[in-house]
Amino acid sequence: MAQQLHVELVAVEEKVWSGEAEMVVARTTEGELGVLPGHAPLLGQLAEPSQVRIKQAGGQQVAYDVAGGFLSVTGEGVTVLAESATPATPAR
Amino acid sequence: MKKITKAMELVATSRIAKAQARVEASLPYARAITGVLTALASNARIDHPLLTPREQVRRAGVLLVTSDRGLAGGYSSSAIRTAESLIARLQADGKEPVLYVIGRKGVGFYRFRNREIAASWTGFSEQPSFADAREVGETLIKAFSAGADDTDGSAGADGIVGIDELHIVYTEFHSLMTQTPVAKIIGPMQVEDRPRSEGLLPAYEFEPEAEALLDALLPKYINTRIYAALIESAASESAARRRAMKSATDNAEDMIEKYTREMNSARQAGITQEISEIVGGANALAASGSEV
Repeated sequence: MAQQLHVELVAVEEKVWSGEAEMVVARTTEGELGVLPGHAPLLGQLAEPSQVRIKQAGGQQVAYDVAGGFLSVTGEGVTVLAESATPATPAR
Repeated sequence: MKKITKAMELVATSRIAKAQARVEASLPYARAITGVLTALASNARIDHPLLTPREQVRRAGVLLVTSDRGLAGGYSSSAIRTAESLIARLQADGKEPVLYVIGRKGVGFYRFRNREIAASWTGFSEQPSFADAREVGETLIKAFSAGADDTDGSAGADGIVGIDELHIVYTEFHSLMTQTPVAKIIGPMQVEDRPRSEGLLPAYEFEPEAEALLDALLPKYINTRIYAALIESAASESAARRRAMKSATDNAEDMIEKYTREMNSARQAGITQEISEIVGGANALAASGSEV
């Protein structure tokens, strides 16, 4: 897969994670959602509490527990805004 | 004395670096949330109470950010002075100012003058966290929403006297040498929806509805603004303290140098006198010896 998503996970006090990924999975107030490259622009409020999983190339995955979060998908990539984000134990 | 001020200078210097790093670290979030709001604003109809100016502004909230501790030169007093001139301006416009104060110095200033403070927070001026900002923000947003139904002289349907406008006074950090206190309006907010050069923004999907999103996002945005003001003030406070301590150290150094010189010259004068006495004595002895 040549196409990659540029993902940024930012908390209020710092940038938590940024890099390239194949897919971002998060749960908004409306339901679980997976974002692949080329996804339509989207703004979503994340459910409380929510876990954001970022799947990287090569099958690696990072997961964060996010509080007070928003998800923004644009043509350039995915931005997750959070009041606080802590690394979750990766569920593989 | 010199050691104390020098130590405080060094502490303040390291705090500046830390505070600057935090300003830096909070930028991505601030940028992202502004981008999201802009996108939202250009896609949805904006008639949120936090965005629309009130027809009649009776009470204006003023949030003043000062320091908890002194020894920071004119940091707190210049912030207070800016707030005072803002308050005077508001009063001239027929608005009743409502004070919210952060930092012991500001609280002390208004307590001493028996002025009413609606709410105050202390204890985090040097190292504010987002939780502190959120606490402040929630109080202010509650007051702001409560102000929506106020009428002349009465508190309106909800029984709470709120505010119709919200200003913030904090100290902007330009560089190590310059920090200027500024007054800004944060409520009602003005979201710039600037026209993008590359044409229309992409049509966004919203989850949940745009209005619900706006409801959730705006308070967060205000909290972010307050947090940004807090950390910038913290950086300014440390810089002001560093400068104050540096001049105190320099003064102490000058004084030490001056007194060391005085002491040395006094000692030297003493030695010179002793030598001339000895020489004079020896000469006298030699003169009397040769006569014999």
